[in-house]
Amino acid sequence: MPVSFIPTPQELLRFSPEILLSVVATALMLAEAVMKPGSRTKLAATAFAALAAAIALSAAAAADSGPAFSNLLVVDGFSTFFRILVCAAGMLVVLISSNYLKREGHESGEYYALVLFSIAGQCLMASANELIMLFIGLECSSIATYVLAGYLRDDRRNNEAALKYFLLGSFAAAFFLYGISWLWGAAGTTYLTEIRRLLLDPSAGINATVVSAAAALLLVGLAFKVSAAPFQMWAPDVYQGAPAPVAAFLSVGPKAAAFAMFLRILMTVFAPVGAKWEPVLWTVALATMIIGNFAALWQTNVKRLLAYSSIAHAGYVTVALTAMSDAGAAAAMFYLAAYALMNIGAFAVVTHVAGQGERHVELADLAGLSRRSPAMAAILSVFLLSLTGVPLTAGFFGKFYIFKAALDADLVWLAVLGLLNSAVAAYYYLRIIVVMYMHEPSQGLPELPAAAPGIRWALAASAAGTFVLGVAPSLVLDYAVASAPLLR
Amino acid sequence: MDVVLFLVFAAIAVGCALNLVLQTHPISSALSLIGVMGSLAVLYLLLGGEFLAAVQLIVYAGAIMVLFVFVIMLLNAGSEKRPSKKVLRTAVALPLLFTLAGVAAYIMATQVPRTEAVRFGGFTAGPYEVGRALFTTWLLPFEVTSILILIAILGAVVLARKEI
Repeated sequence: MPVSFIPTPQELLRFSPEILLSVVATALMLAEAVMKPGSRTKLAATAFAALAAAIALSAAAAADSGPAFSNLLVVDGFSTFFRILVCAAGMLVVLISSNYLKREGHESGEYYALVLFSIAGQCLMASANELIMLFIGLECSSIATYVLAGYLRDDRRNNEAALKYFLLGSFAAAFFLYGISWLWGAAGTTYLTEIRRLLLDPSAGINATVVSAAAALLLVGLAFKVSAAPFQMWAPDVYQGAPAPVAAFLSVGPKAAAFAMFLRILMTVFAPVGAKWEPVLWTVALATMIIGNFAALWQTNVKRLLAYSSIAHAGYVTVALTAMSDAGAAAAMFYLAAYALMNIGAFAVVTHVAGQGERHVELADLAGLSRRSPAMAAILSVFLLSLTGVPLTAGFFGKFYIFKAALDADLVWLAVLGLLNSAVAAYYYLRIIVVMYMHEPSQGLPELPAAAPGIRWALAASAAGTFVLGVAPSLVLDYAVASAPLLR
Repeated sequence: MDVVLFLVFAAIAVGCALNLVLQTHPISSALSLIGVMGSLAVLYLLLGGEFLAAVQLIVYAGAIMVLFVFVIMLLNAGSEKRPSKKVLRTAVALPLLFTLAGVAAYIMATQVPRTEAVRFGGFTAGPYEVGRALFTTWLLPFEVTSILILIAILGAVVLARKEI
């Protein structure tokens, strides 16, 4: 344990992505005050550049991996993977947001500052190696997203989303914190690796019952953050009410980081008591898939439909977690990367088609999109096919590796039920494609303007990523496989 | 003596916490919160954390509560209107709540050895120890918490200012 309170340069390098993001976020917040109203596009460009630089710094930090700040943080392949994933997702979200905010007349530095702060929190969640640090990272990410969900303050849908998300989220965070205090009571430490060592050591005399109770409390908090059943109720209301780019962000960034936390806690601390977790995770995974997929069948609002689909996808990732193996962890990591690309892409199209004030977010508003804007219809179809899991898209290999990991872990029934669920999911994804291509456009819809450059770039990048991962999954998978065993 | 003090102040803390939730007027809730904070401070003192007890009183019961009461007065918040009674919701929520509390109490009572669970005055946490831990081992959480507070301030500004 270092006694000096001056961090070494090495520690600072390992923490540099978070430092950079926080500094730029603060600068954006202040720059707002001295900027002319016309030059606000620079804010988005700065946020974009900061995220790109954070990716570079994460890669630089990975070259010199190891623990930092008296083991509170650890830079390993796993944390680097998730740092880069959330920063890349953030870049796509910034691209979508810029034009959206201009359209709604609300472009300001605070929005980008909140996005950057939230991503800094998510980077911390990915790299923290200690429960208090994880919790603080989680709160940084959450509080920023509560505000983002209600960013368009004059829109009542936004108010509802923010309030529901805030109240339920704080409640779930309290459970998580309570679980930490139980673990501390049982083990006398909050370091993940230390708790694992004590649990594996029979002479340490850790009470397994108390640890299991703590695990249950932690599970409540984690399941809420990844919107897994039975704590998924908030997701549809929040995604529907929040501004479309924020919904895209919520379904990808905080969720990926929460899964990173989930994986790290599961694979380090609770691996020794894994047999007790398995039935619980099994049930959660199945319930999440069923609730997400079946509820999505009846939705008429596209954002709400995507919210339920996002719940179902959290269920697939939980299947990978249930496997509790390195292959499962790698499959979950790959799936989250694939999901980030295709889901942000789908939300980008929704953002564009919704029009000013998000008036056109019903499924009926997509009718005849193939004639109104053939390119948009085609590209949305690509993302929907990928979400379904059609071969040649990223979604196919994502599901393939998850169910393979489940089969390798002898979870045959869970894999079978998961596959059946994907078949159900195909119905509502394909229904959107049918509506776009076969239905007549309804009367009185305004002409769709040409997509803004930001949206176009975001769509191009996510579509390209979806195809690349669908053809050459090993680009990401090899890295995930190599870094999953490092968790311990 | 320790046990008697513990039982008395633990009972006050739980009673005040219940009252905090059940009261309809914000000021009554705020005053109950002072009761919770105050009795928690006594519990810290019993465990030997005199510095934490003092900080708890000064920061929570002092500064934060004054802020709460000011906000309530400035907003001129009246009594909360109870929504119509949802019988089903209460019928589901209350048993679940008691189950959770019961299971937690049962695990604590059966699994944790009593002699070790509460050690009165069992550790030293004076200003020296707290300060040293905060600025060496726990430096990073300390710094990141300030970012967290900055985010909360920014959030309040975004949601409250007149024009965006």
